[in-house]
Amino acid sequence: MNYRAILAIYQFEMNRTKRTIFQSVVSPVISTALYFVVFGAAIGSQISEVEGISYGAFIVPGLTMLSILTQSISNASFGIYFPRFTGTIYEVMSAPVSFIEIVIGYVGAAATKAVLVGSIILITATFFVDLRIEHPVWMVAFLLLTAITFSLFGFIIGIWSANFEQLQFVPLLVVTPLAFLGGSFYSINMLPEFWQKVTLLNPAVYLISGFRWSFYGQADVNVLLSFGMTFVFLGICLVLIRRIFKSGYRLRA
Amino acid sequence: MAPAIAIKDLSKTYETGFEALKRVNLDIERGELFALLGPNGAGKTTLISIVCGLIKATGGTVKVEGHDIVTDYRAARSLIGLVPQELTTEAFETVRATVSFSRGLFGLKKDPAHVENVLRQLSLWDKRDNKIITLSGGMKRRVLIAKALAHEPRVLFLDEPTAGVDVELRRDMWEIVRGLRESGVTIILTTHYIEEAEEMADRVGVINNGEIILVEEKSELMQKLGRKRLILQLGSTISAIPDGLASYDLELSGQGDELVYTYDTHGGRTGITNLMNDLRDSGLRLKDLQTKQDSLEKIFVDLVHKD
Repeated sequence: MNYRAILAIYQFEMNRTKRTIFQSVVSPVISTALYFVVFGAAIGSQISEVEGISYGAFIVPGLTMLSILTQSISNASFGIYFPRFTGTIYEVMSAPVSFIEIVIGYVGAAATKAVLVGSIILITATFFVDLRIEHPVWMVAFLLLTAITFSLFGFIIGIWSANFEQLQFVPLLVVTPLAFLGGSFYSINMLPEFWQKVTLLNPAVYLISGFRWSFYGQADVNVLLSFGMTFVFLGICLVLIRRIFKSGYRLRA
Repeated sequence: MAPAIAIKDLSKTYETGFEALKRVNLDIERGELFALLGPNGAGKTTLISIVCGLIKATGGTVKVEGHDIVTDYRAARSLIGLVPQELTTEAFETVRATVSFSRGLFGLKKDPAHVENVLRQLSLWDKRDNKIITLSGGMKRRVLIAKALAHEPRVLFLDEPTAGVDVELRRDMWEIVRGLRESGVTIILTTHYIEEAEEMADRVGVINNGEIILVEEKSELMQKLGRKRLILQLGSTISAIPDGLASYDLELSGQGDELVYTYDTHGGRTGITNLMNDLRDSGLRLKDLQTKQDSLEKIFVDLVHKD
């Protein structure tokens, strides 16, 4: 194992975050804080409690998960797409580095950034709402697992994308709607019965529900099912990445 | 002792069906400076890219100091440094950070003294904390070389290192390459410039249409390269070369208003003075004259076309 190469890639990516601190960390925190102000304090004060939790507190896990998803995907996809775009990827591809090491370096950095942003959002949330975490170990497990899984997904998008438009396509037009409709702002029990069943096809439901359970002990779906579904998605991403690297798809002609 | 690079029956056909390399065989000895020449699209970059692991071969094998580039890729790649043709650098990194990153990628522990040495060698030390985006094209080229040298490679590929570089910087590059060679690094360089091969190479290989068509010692090559043409534009047209000029290697061309004299620049006497005297004695009036030397690339491509 070329640990130094993993570290080099990881540090390179983390340095990029430092250079673009506003875009990487401050910007998602500000936008999430705005959600808290609008939905939590302004509109939320007019909304009755959801499943015994104040609306402002209810949306915290969903909003955090929304940020984790988008941050993981955008960090990882940009991290690998940009060197492909500029051509600097040649250096990584010609170094004595295995594909697994490349993935650990890029995905590890993207997941770290996403967890960092998620943590800052949770801390920010405590300024606006009364937050409690009933199952902190599970909360951390969901946070890490989601960040890693969606960073892997972002890495796949970064390799698949042939241009900047494609790079934005999946995060904007697929992931964000799924996260919004996955119960970030409401419990799926509030939906008509038919839509409750349709919503179960949305993978974001399992992530948000499981994450919310770790805070308040209440979930839309069974927590083990949530955890299991996240693992299924992780497995799919790993299989796809293995296939990409075995075939050299868009990396090695 | 295994050669620095041993290429056997190497083929590459792209998905489009384009056959970039056709069963290429080539050995490059340790410590030599090998110049690989060929026109655009000849297969130079494909060949280098396969050896460096950027492209997968369709057939054949490549060994770097005895290590197979596929089955033993870690050992093979750790011996190689690559300076690509394009100026592909990280815009917002500093010079020192990007060179240190390259060293880390190759699994070596940090060595600020070595990085400093490389940067000084390439006159980049003063720019060590500058962002790469602020550097000139020539300086960026040096950064690419510094990155390739960060892990102390034993084999260095320079893919057209002086393309688009001004004369002064080109001379600097030659000095750098010469210094590396003296330190025992095997160097493979692709170039379009005849002076570059002439100045530095031990051996020259020519690739065209995916095939190595010639590999020769530079000294032998220079004999072929030493030939130049003097083009004499006549004031009037003639139907045949005058008898008084029959002893010269002359060719009548154009509309009968141009004489082409081929001579050897490496010979002690080129015969130009005598030719001029005999031209005057023959009563021919000159309107203009110029000399031409084919590029190395053209000479060999012409040779192939003759075959």
